Amino acid sequence: MEAARDDGEAAALGATHLTAEASDAQLVARCRTGDEDAWRELVDRFSRYVYAICVQAFRLPEHDAEDVYQEVFARVYEKLETLRDDDAFRPWIAQLTRRLCIDRKRSGAREEPADEVPDAAADDVLGDLDEAFDVHDALAALPDNCREILDRFFARDESYRTIGDALELPAGTIASRISRCLTKLREHWEETAPSPRPESR
Amino acid sequence: MKDVFDIEQLSRLIGMLPPAPAAWVQAAQELPRARRELETIVERAEADQAFREGVVADLETALRAEGIEPTRPLLEELRRRVSE
Repeated sequence: MEAARDDGEAAALGATHLTAEASDAQLVARCRTGDEDAWRELVDRFSRYVYAICVQAFRLPEHDAEDVYQEVFARVYEKLETLRDDDAFRPWIAQLTRRLCIDRKRSGAREEPADEVPDAAADDVLGDLDEAFDVHDALAALPDNCREILDRFFARDESYRTIGDALELPAGTIASRISRCLTKLREHWEETAPSPRPESR
Repeated sequence: MKDVFDIEQLSRLIGMLPPAPAAWVQAAQELPRARRELETIVERAEADQAFREGVVADLETALRAEGIEPTRPLLEELRRRVSE
């Protein structure tokens, strides 16, 4: 559940942060009924994950990453009926993204030989991204502006000043807030750390 | 499963998932509407040869005219459908 907010930034961040209001399986089930709000939420929830697989694990250039990103969601939209276990949506979309990235790298290499990303290196990053997804889910449980401050600083790479201006907080307090929020996150993580997931590749 | 209780590790993991460009997210979120609009274009192309030729000649403009961001999957789908 998203943390309570005391500012007007929810809408600005809402399109891209990972929430945990409904389980993946519940969202998938709603998408199958044609619920477009559920589809928007599903894209919102997995957007960063798919993007990161493209640009971090497989280091696709931006234009290739965009094509793969759109192809992933187009295929998810078309093939959702074929998903056998709704709880396995995350490994399913990870595998789909991975396969499309590999296809793109191979077709690109045929046209213009370039540095290959070793599969093992990409798979290591995929493992880290899976953990990162869990951590972002845990962020949603933090109080007040914690999620937003941590997301802005670490994921969006915003300066103290930018964060302070956006959240109407003194820039000089941002560092200490980040520190406190990280401590809260660690405590929450230790209490609720997820059990190991099924292999996604 | 890796131990990620360390603050630095948590910070690093938060930073591993920056947002995708907003336009990408929006295009993916609007996929259901885009598919509906695409069906409308295909139906009209089947009924109107001149319109069909215009669509075949410029797929991107045809999609944009309906307010659809012409992503590669949609362009390929439209090309396939109007070429059948």
